Amino acid sequence: MEFLPGLERWIHLMAGVMWIGLLYYFNFVQVAALKAATEDKTNAGITKHIAPRALLFFRWAAVVTWLTGAGLLNKHFIDAFMLKPGYAMIGMGAWLGTIMLINVWTLIWRNQKKILGMVPATDEEKVVARRVAFLASRTNTMLSIPMLFFMAAGAHTAQFVF
Amino acid sequence: MQNPLDSLWGTVISGFVLTLVLYLVVTKLIMGA
Repeated sequence: MEFLPGLERWIHLMAGVMWIGLLYYFNFVQVAALKAATEDKTNAGITKHIAPRALLFFRWAAVVTWLTGAGLLNKHFIDAFMLKPGYAMIGMGAWLGTIMLINVWTLIWRNQKKILGMVPATDEEKVVARRVAFLASRTNTMLSIPMLFFMAAGAHTAQFVF
Repeated sequence: MQNPLDSLWGTVISGFVLTLVLYLVVTKLIMGA
């Protein structure tokens, strides 16, 4: 079982790249592309074929990232979340990642289902859902910046002690 | 006042500011305590 932490770290990084990569795709590419595509009525390609697939990998990559991260913390899981000495950096990263995971499943995915027509919603509900999902996604983009800093700092503390 | 999250650059700058604030919280208040 000695190989387990290495395997977990490898999967944690791959899933994390997929999660945050898709988050950046949504925020840096798709939001602006969808606005332009809606104006020339070519948005169906994005909303029908791209967004549902991207959201599928996005939300499950978030789960895999969190679970493997929790596995890596192992017996220090509580120490990290309590920000105990020696675990404050990685603990802060873990808190940010956890808030982001909750955002994905409770705000982004729940509202995206209404926007993409996967669950019934009135036009008014879709307008609200669009705004909530947008702000939750932007919040996660903002949180990803300190989250990645603290994840790196947790693994390489010496480089960040000024 | 406009929400900084409505703009991509506002979001990125907010992220860097938050990083600095949280870094100071961790190093000065938690690790320094």
